[in-house]
Amino acid sequence: MKTVVAIIKPFKLEEVRDALTAIGVHGMTVSEVKGYGRQKGHTEIYRGAEYAVSFLPKLKLEVAVASDLVPAVVDAIEQAARTGQIGDGKIFVSPLEQVVRIRTGERGTEAL
Amino acid sequence: MSLRTTPLRLATASAIGLLTALPALADTAAPVPAKGDTAWMMVATLLVLMMSIPGLALFYGGLVRAKNMLSVLTQIFAIVCLAGLMWAFFGYSLAFTNGGALNDYVGGFSKAFLSGITTASVAATFSNGVVIPEQLYMAFQMTFAMITPALIIGAFAERMKFGAILLFTALWSLLVYYPVAHMVWYWAGPDAIADAAKAVAGAADAAAKTAAQTKLDEVMADAGMIFKWGALDFAGGTVVHINAGIAGLVGALMVGKRIGYGKELMAPHSLVMTMIGAALLWVGWFGFNAGSSLEANGTAVLAFANTMVATCAAAFSWLMVEWMLKGKPSLLGLVSGAVAGLVAVTPASGFAGPMGSIVLGLVAGAVCFFFCSVVKNTFRYDDSLDVFGVHCVGGIIGALATGILADPSLGGAGIVDYVAKPGEAVAGEFSMATQVMAQLKAVVITLLWSGIGSAILFKLVDVVVGLRATNEDERMGLDIAEHGERAYHY
Repeated sequence: MKTVVAIIKPFKLEEVRDALTAIGVHGMTVSEVKGYGRQKGHTEIYRGAEYAVSFLPKLKLEVAVASDLVPAVVDAIEQAARTGQIGDGKIFVSPLEQVVRIRTGERGTEAL
Repeated sequence: MSLRTTPLRLATASAIGLLTALPALADTAAPVPAKGDTAWMMVATLLVLMMSIPGLALFYGGLVRAKNMLSVLTQIFAIVCLAGLMWAFFGYSLAFTNGGALNDYVGGFSKAFLSGITTASVAATFSNGVVIPEQLYMAFQMTFAMITPALIIGAFAERMKFGAILLFTALWSLLVYYPVAHMVWYWAGPDAIADAAKAVAGAADAAAKTAAQTKLDEVMADAGMIFKWGALDFAGGTVVHINAGIAGLVGALMVGKRIGYGKELMAPHSLVMTMIGAALLWVGWFGFNAGSSLEANGTAVLAFANTMVATCAAAFSWLMVEWMLKGKPSLLGLVSGAVAGLVAVTPASGFAGPMGSIVLGLVAGAVCFFFCSVVKNTFRYDDSLDVFGVHCVGGIIGALATGILADPSLGGAGIVDYVAKPGEAVAGEFSMATQVMAQLKAVVITLLWSGIGSAILFKLVDVVVGLRATNEDERMGLDIAEHGERAYHY
C-alpha cells in the first residue's frame, strides 16, 4: 500500500477528483494549505504599503491506495492537475504500513 | 448656531419693540420650529450616528487583522456611548453657551445636565426667523462629539489598551473637543444680531444709538474666537477632522509602532467590511454636511450636492493616481479616496459650488494618497489606519480651499451679512485673501490646540493607566486579550 500526497492548485480539485473516480479511487482527504516552490509569491499593496506574500494557497490531497494502482493514480493526478504554468504543484508517493477501517476493524488492503 | 430659550427670545423682541416703536410688530412673535426642518434634522442626526456605528466601526474594523476586529468595534461603540453621556452632562453646555470671561475659548456650565432645555426651547439656525428645537440641536451636535474621538483610534489601532482609550476620550472631549467646537461654531445667531441691528437703526437719539450700538457689539462679540476671525467651517473640517487627525498622529507617535511594523504582513482582514463601512460613511455624511445647514433649505441641498460630487471626484482621483503609480486600481484606494473627498468637502460643503467641490475632491484624493503611501513610508510612523493622512490632511485641504471656493466669482455661496439689512441675510463682501488667512489661522490654532493638548493627555493617561498593551497581548490580539472573545469562529 502507498500514500499518494499531491499539492495542487485549488481550482483543479474537481478535475482531479473526477479523474481519480474514473480509475476507481473512491476516497480522499483534502486540506487547504499554504506554501511555495518555484512560483515564489506575489506582492500585495494596501494604501502604498507593499507586502511580499510568499505563501500561496494550495490544496493538499491525500489518497491511500493499493501499490499496483499507484502508477494510474499518479498519472491521473498529473494529467488532471496540469496547466503548464509555474505553480502546478507536486506529487509525493510514500510507503504505507497499515490501514484500519475503524467501523469494522478490517486491516490492510481490505480497509482501503 | 446659538441657542436661546423661547422666553428669552420673547423678552428681547418685546424690549426692542418698545425701544424702537417700529410699526411692524409681526416679527416680534417668537419663531417656532417648522415640522419639515424638525423632521429633517432628526433624520440627519440619525445619519451621523450611523456614520460612527456601524459605518466607521466597519471601515476601520475591516482594515485591522482578524485578531483585533472586535477591539476596534468595541472601542468605537464604547466611545460613542461615553461621548454621548459626557455631551449631555456638560459637553453641550461647554460648547454652546456663553463662557463669560473665557467665552473666546470655551462655554460655561449654564446648561450642564441640559438644565433649562425644555420641549419649547429653540436653537437658532443660519436663517433669520428659523429655529429648530434645542433638544434636537443638542442631539445633532452630540453625534459630532461622538464620531470625532472615534476617528482618532484608527491611528493607534491594534496596540492601545481599552482603558487608556476610554480615559483619553473623556479627557480629550473635555479639554480639546468642547473648546474647539466652541471657538469655531458658537455665535449669538442671526435673530439676536438682527434684533440688535434693528435697535441701532431705529434708535431715536444719539444716546439711544450709542447704547444700541454697544448692545450690537456685545451680540457680535458673543461668539467663539475662531468664529470671530471669520473662519468658515460648515460641517467640521477643523472641529472634527483636523482635530481628530492630529490627535491620532500624536497618539501613534507616543504609543509607538506595532510589533513587526514594516516587517510582518499587516494586511486588512476584510476589505469587504471596509467597503460596507465606507459606503455607510458616505450615506451618513449627508446628515453630517447637509444637516449642518440646520434646516431643510437650499443651503442644505447645496451641501448635499457637494457631498455627492466631491466624493466621486476624490475616489476617482485616488484610484487613477494609484493605478498610474502602483500599477493596479485597488478597492481600498477607491474607498479611501471617497473618505478623503468627504473629509475635504466637509468645511466647504455649504459654501463652495459643485464645480469647485469637484476640483477640491480631485486635489484631496491625490494629496491624501501621497500622504498615506509616500509620506508615511518615508517617515516610518505607524498611523495604522491613516487617520492623519486622510482626516488631518484632507481636513486642512478642505479648510483652506473653503476660503477660495466660497468666492462667488468661483461659483461659491459667499459669506452672509446679517447686519446690513437686519432680518435679511444678504451677501457680505467677500475677499479671498482675507478669507484664506482666516482659514489658515483656524487650521493652525486647531493643529496646535489639539496637537499639544493630545500630547499632554496621552502622557497623562500613560502615567495613570499605561497606554500600551503588553507584547503578549498584542501578539495574541486585543480581542482575546482585552475582551475575552473572538470575531470569527471558523
